[in-house]
Amino acid sequence: MSATTIYSARKILTMNPNQPEVSHVAVRDGRILGAGALSDLEGWGDYTLDDRFVDKVLMPGLIEGHAHTMEGTLWRNVYVGWFDRMDPDGKIWSGLKSIDAVVERLSQEDARLTDPQAPLPGWSLDPIYMDNQRVTRHDLDRVSTTRPIGVLHASGHIMNVNTRALELAGLLKPGINHDGIPLGDDGLPTGELFGPDTMTPVGPHVGFDRALTDCDERGLVDYAKLCVRAGVTTSTDLAARLTDESVGMMLDVTGRDGFPTRIVPLKVFFGISPEEIVDYVVKLKDRSTELLRLGRIKAVADGSIQGFSARMRWPGYHNGAPNGLWYTAPDQMLELYNRALAAGVQVHTHTNGDQATQMALDMLEPALKAYPSPDHRFTLQHCQLADAAQFRKMASLGMCVNLFANHHFYWGDEHYRLTVGPERAERMNACRTALDSGVPLAIHSDAPVTPLGPLFTAWEAVNRITASGRTQGEGEKIPVDAALYAITLGAAYTLHLDDELGSIEVGKKADFAVLEDDPTAVEPMALKDIQVWGTVQNGRIFAAADL
Amino acid sequence: MAPLPVTVIGGYLGAGKTTLVNHLLRHAAGRRLAVLVNEFGELAIDEDLIEAEENGLISIAGGCICCSFGNDLIGALHDLAAMSPPPDHIVIESSGVAIPGAIVSTMLLNENFRSDGVVVVIDAETVQRNARDDYIGDTITRQLTDAEIIVANKIDLVDEAACAALMGWLASVAPGAIVIAATRGEVAPDALLGVVSNPGPGHPSDHSDQLFESMVVSPRPGSDVAVLAERLALGPYGVIRTKGYARGPDGALNLLHTVGQRWEVTPALDSHEVGIICLGFRGSLDKSAIADLVAHLARTAAHRVNLA
Repeated sequence: MSATTIYSARKILTMNPNQPEVSHVAVRDGRILGAGALSDLEGWGDYTLDDRFVDKVLMPGLIEGHAHTMEGTLWRNVYVGWFDRMDPDGKIWSGLKSIDAVVERLSQEDARLTDPQAPLPGWSLDPIYMDNQRVTRHDLDRVSTTRPIGVLHASGHIMNVNTRALELAGLLKPGINHDGIPLGDDGLPTGELFGPDTMTPVGPHVGFDRALTDCDERGLVDYAKLCVRAGVTTSTDLAARLTDESVGMMLDVTGRDGFPTRIVPLKVFFGISPEEIVDYVVKLKDRSTELLRLGRIKAVADGSIQGFSARMRWPGYHNGAPNGLWYTAPDQMLELYNRALAAGVQVHTHTNGDQATQMALDMLEPALKAYPSPDHRFTLQHCQLADAAQFRKMASLGMCVNLFANHHFYWGDEHYRLTVGPERAERMNACRTALDSGVPLAIHSDAPVTPLGPLFTAWEAVNRITASGRTQGEGEKIPVDAALYAITLGAAYTLHLDDELGSIEVGKKADFAVLEDDPTAVEPMALKDIQVWGTVQNGRIFAAADL
Repeated sequence: MAPLPVTVIGGYLGAGKTTLVNHLLRHAAGRRLAVLVNEFGELAIDEDLIEAEENGLISIAGGCICCSFGNDLIGALHDLAAMSPPPDHIVIESSGVAIPGAIVSTMLLNENFRSDGVVVVIDAETVQRNARDDYIGDTITRQLTDAEIIVANKIDLVDEAACAALMGWLASVAPGAIVIAATRGEVAPDALLGVVSNPGPGHPSDHSDQLFESMVVSPRPGSDVAVLAERLALGPYGVIRTKGYARGPDGALNLLHTVGQRWEVTPALDSHEVGIICLGFRGSLDKSAIADLVAHLARTAAHRVNLA
């Protein structure tokens, strides 16, 4: 018989309503043999009592329901964001509060590079916090005029490059006529590139790969380290291409001894027909392993609100910008839903604008009538602008939602002031309405767009503070216990994994977040400051300090 | 290398883009077309046209190829430009919700390409209803306003009155566009891709070419090529598209293109005989007016020489 270890802890938050808090958890074969008082567990036979967590608080391993493992790859570039952020090795990079500071950090990296022509990529710039100051090629030319430099914005939709990068890409010329490439007084591009159409031709010259959204081998290893530091034991990779090659890489990396995270990649519905993707994903499902869960689809209905490419219902954007773009045609969404339901494949759909949400609802309803599918759990991702009626509709269709709580902190002020105006900004990412309507709820970071950290995400759903410190949408706040549920069982439910993950109870995977403090006891405003010691994943112990 | 001509074929789902592309491939008449499609759905390319399929690239009888660009159109274009030898003409079949003008402006960032027309395919029967749809109406209108040529497909499904109403509606939505009515995507490749000077023997005849006729004019050296291009594109000559070479006032050889109301004159990079092929609807192409225009510009040129 396999060995049994019983861990004692200061407190164990189980998410099991029959015994919400216990003192001990028994683990055998990477699974939870039981939770309760020590005396409840001794009946299982011989055990080793392990008290290393005696002053820690255990929670079910946190689950990130919408992130991208490419964050692991991005950390190989220079971080120039506004906020402090921790890298995979645990180093905290201080936030940069001026263009000068950005130039200085890039210059430090420039000095380290020996090849004067080697590209220098940076990431996570966000001039929104610097009074929307324009960054131009001349700013980056202060770093270097010999090497190409490109800095990706936090949103992922804008890139700043220097003169050398424009030269290499053949874009340092007059007469360019493109919405995404503003020109300076000299008639030449300013070095600001808006949208993937303009970033793609320049990206490879500055060190960003053509397949930017794909994680590589080292990136996946680094991403898993970030997960341990955030208490995350399971993470989605929400828009992967999942080619044969990348699936092979992910199977290899996640299959290695000591890989600490269960990865759930969703194949993105772009450039492939509905029939093909459903067939492909059905086959992929069979290649699933314990730590790589395949067999789901991610569809994208529209763009982003701050990029004005989200599809809005009347009255549209607050600043009068024209309506955004469909990324998938309604008829094609319908065909995808039909085929996916018929094959029993789950689809998560990105919707940002409220018209995109409505479209997804309007397409799923007839698909469900054609292919009745109890327990389909199709999930709307982001779904930032949904109103109460839409949440009621989600509930009656059996849908789940994964709201972008972090976005509310990072860009809530911008939405209030510019994109959607006060009333709709207050109801964005309406967690309270979702729960009141009976829609199963998860909340997310969309890392790398915002940092991975479910406790921060929960803090934001509880407090609804924006970056400027305002409370935005008092009525949509949720209590701490509901937020903690959303980052554990709630997220597990949206992935059909609630039978094995998300709570600490007999039979489930021994996945724990090991915390230095008790999230149910600290002030709600301190939730984000709780230190993460590390994780236990399938019974294996990962201390953040030892990574 | 002279920039590769790229024709974008847009239009909403079900309009018949794929059928049109297959028709072009079937009647390529010696053109080595490279077709980029968003995805290989079922029946993307008629099976009898396929010679081989390897690594996502389909080889088609007559030297044409087809591949899917998925989420990376720019990368796929880049790969085509690097082929040796490069294709004669690139055709992009865009996704049903793409805005063709955005594809063109992005494609033009790369000097290896020039735009050879935006063709938007519509379903003659459903387009007006779709243009009123809450979800896709504005997308369809934006597609139409970007069009230089609109192919009103499935025209056999509408009666005469509906057809007249459709033409009136198109004239208000896309006043600059030339409308070609078609059934089953049968439009002469000459109208969409330009005239091939020597189609060569043995290429199947395309009955839809009876809709069109063409003429060749040879402007005298010294004619103002930009003015000629502008007049051919905007004037009442019944011209759908032109392509050819002419010498400007400075004696340099220029390449001239017009598609619908858009015109373009660029320095020719290789040597060519002077001559411009003008194509229009049979019966509408005003050959004598075009000849007059060319003669008029030649006189102006001669006058300028005399003054000098």
